[in-house]
Amino acid sequence: MAPILEISKLRKSYGSTEILKDINVSIDKGDFLVLVGPSGCGKSTLLNCIAGLEPITGGSILIDGQDMTHVSPKDRNIAMVFQSYALYPTMSVAKNITFGMKVRGVDQATQDRKLREVAQQLQIEAYLNRRPGQLSGGQRQRVAMGRALVRDPKLFLFDEPLSNLDAKLRVEMRSEIKKLHHRLGASIVYVTHDQIEAMTLATKIVVMKGGVIQQIGTPQEIYNRPANLFVADFMGSPAMNLIPARVRGTQVEIDRPGAAPILLSDPKVAGLPENVILGLRPEDIAEAGYRAGSDVQQAACQIDLVEPAGADTYVVSTLGGKAVTARLHTETRAAPGESLDLAFDLGKVSYFEPDSGRRLN
Amino acid sequence: MTEQSPPPPRRTFHLNLNWLGVMPFALFVLLFLVMPTMKIVVGAFQRPDGSFTFANIAGLFTPSILSSYWISIKISVSSAAIGCLIGFLMAAAMVLGGLPRGLRSPLMTFSGVASNFAGVPLAFAFLATLGPLGLVTVFLRTEFGINLRAMGFNILSFWGLTITYLFFQIPLMILIVTPALDGLKREWREAASCLGATGAQYWRMVALPILFPTILGTFALLFANAFGAVATAIALTGSSLNIVPIMLFAQIRGDVLGDPHLGYAMAFGMILVTGLANVVYIVLRMRSERWLK
Ligand SMILES: Nc1ncnc2c1ncn2[C@@H]1O[C@H](COP(=O)(O)OP(=O)(O)OP(=O)(O)O)[C@@H](O)[C@H]1O
Ligand SMILES: [Mg+2]
Repeated sequence: MAPILEISKLRKSYGSTEILKDINVSIDKGDFLVLVGPSGCGKSTLLNCIAGLEPITGGSILIDGQDMTHVSPKDRNIAMVFQSYALYPTMSVAKNITFGMKVRGVDQATQDRKLREVAQQLQIEAYLNRRPGQLSGGQRQRVAMGRALVRDPKLFLFDEPLSNLDAKLRVEMRSEIKKLHHRLGASIVYVTHDQIEAMTLATKIVVMKGGVIQQIGTPQEIYNRPANLFVADFMGSPAMNLIPARVRGTQVEIDRPGAAPILLSDPKVAGLPENVILGLRPEDIAEAGYRAGSDVQQAACQIDLVEPAGADTYVVSTLGGKAVTARLHTETRAAPGESLDLAFDLGKVSYFEPDSGRRLN
Repeated sequence: MTEQSPPPPRRTFHLNLNWLGVMPFALFVLLFLVMPTMKIVVGAFQRPDGSFTFANIAGLFTPSILSSYWISIKISVSSAAIGCLIGFLMAAAMVLGGLPRGLRSPLMTFSGVASNFAGVPLAFAFLATLGPLGLVTVFLRTEFGINLRAMGFNILSFWGLTITYLFFQIPLMILIVTPALDGLKREWREAASCLGATGAQYWRMVALPILFPTILGTFALLFANAFGAVATAIALTGSSLNIVPIMLFAQIRGDVLGDPHLGYAMAFGMILVTGLANVVYIVLRMRSERWLK
């Protein structure tokens, strides 16, 4: 099956500044692609290029096998949901939703049927006659989605659709979008700078920085095997611990204050350069005793800080000159200034080259 | 910085100072707007001896005064309509069209100046260019043999006055409609094109309905503006065109009928017309701000 969206060698410049550099991505029908990255990395620009709202400088965009590189937005068979919702203030909710069908000359009976379907799906039947100005943020969000849904497009494009909602509503709408994706089997490209949104929604994640793709993969791949230091640091909250370490044969050595360096055995390090960055997520450093296996190794660490977080307790210790976070069970007793045996799960470890940031294992 | 409890507020003192700042303006409005208006309104219903009467108001309904109102309204409507149209197109070209950004600031500054360029200087400028012996008139006649006068054009006429008024009407429209055009969100247009709308459909179904209150409101303002433009009219036409401000001026100076109270009644009529136009403007303006928020 041909990919529903295929972007090859896409470049985009404004004047002499290159915003997007050699973008290559493709997704299959039913995929939920999330573009994630820090502010200004070019996510919206890429989405606008896919929609045809911005002309591209080089490369090509294929939608469902058809070359759309130079086709105008209205003929691309896409539907876009904007961060600001872009609802029309003079029109009622119903008129907003049917606008797309009206301009394309869809007959009235079909318009009414689709409107009813979508309104029911999104639970907005009660305020079809109101104006957008009389709706709450969450309701506007639904209307904006409704306007996209009635189109039945080949591809949905979302630009940070939840960023204007408060935290609780955001979580709610997030799971609704996920359900909608399952129910419709729709193909979606979704922009966010919220890595949790990316992890929970995506079937495929593209991590971008400075107009360059850093990694493409499933949420698990991105989370477990980040391709470089940037991805390792950007995805996951609290962030992955990135600890400077030295390779000694098949052992890694990590400095700790007031005691001899920690030595951990890991056959994977054989052949790596001497100086590496060792990456371990907080949940892969736990109190000794809970984890077993040949990859789990213990060391006594000085606790600097204890942060209870409800379900878990995070403790911070200094290793390799960096503040390192470990996730403990709440019932574990830990106090600042004391020493605690921590277990490192080396089965989950990532090694990076300090200068290039490249993944080594 | 350390947290400190703020010093006890001295509210009344600040409040007084603030009000003091508005005083000159309030005094100005009272002396030169409210009090003369009151005098006009009261005077419109008084005999010269000060007793109450409707005679002055009834006196407005004489053919010459009615026709002067009518021609004033016609000139105001036409200059407001043409001003709206041209001003809108210019502002749209500047905001949405591909004109260079650098053009915007000079055009806005010029509009700010030109929209206030009325009265004797404006009249003089137009007489000097398009008057019977004006630069352009003479140039066209001597160089190209085009005789504007023979073609029916006369600066001291309906169209002459309309064109002169356009000189401040167009800039005023540009000044008011530019922020409204700026308020059209880029995403509205982008959403429309994603949804399959053509440019014309976007304008007809989305942009114009949003702009409509602004345009109509500005039309009312331009109308009031033209209707009250007394000095320009007098300086330009003298007494060859009997629009209301000129008739009024004559009444007050005592030239024609020498009845200042009929003059008050005429002024009262003007206040009603411009007041009504301004109310329309303000109401529509509030409406449009609701859309563009
Ligand atoms: N019209 C433009 N002209 C010049 N530069 C632009 C233009 N639009 C965007 N840019 C630049 O392109 C870069 C990428 O912008 P973009 O809006 O795609 O970022 P983003 O990843 O969506 O960020 P955010 O998360 O803040 O929305 C930014 O550095 C921005 O300054
Ligand atoms: Mg963006």
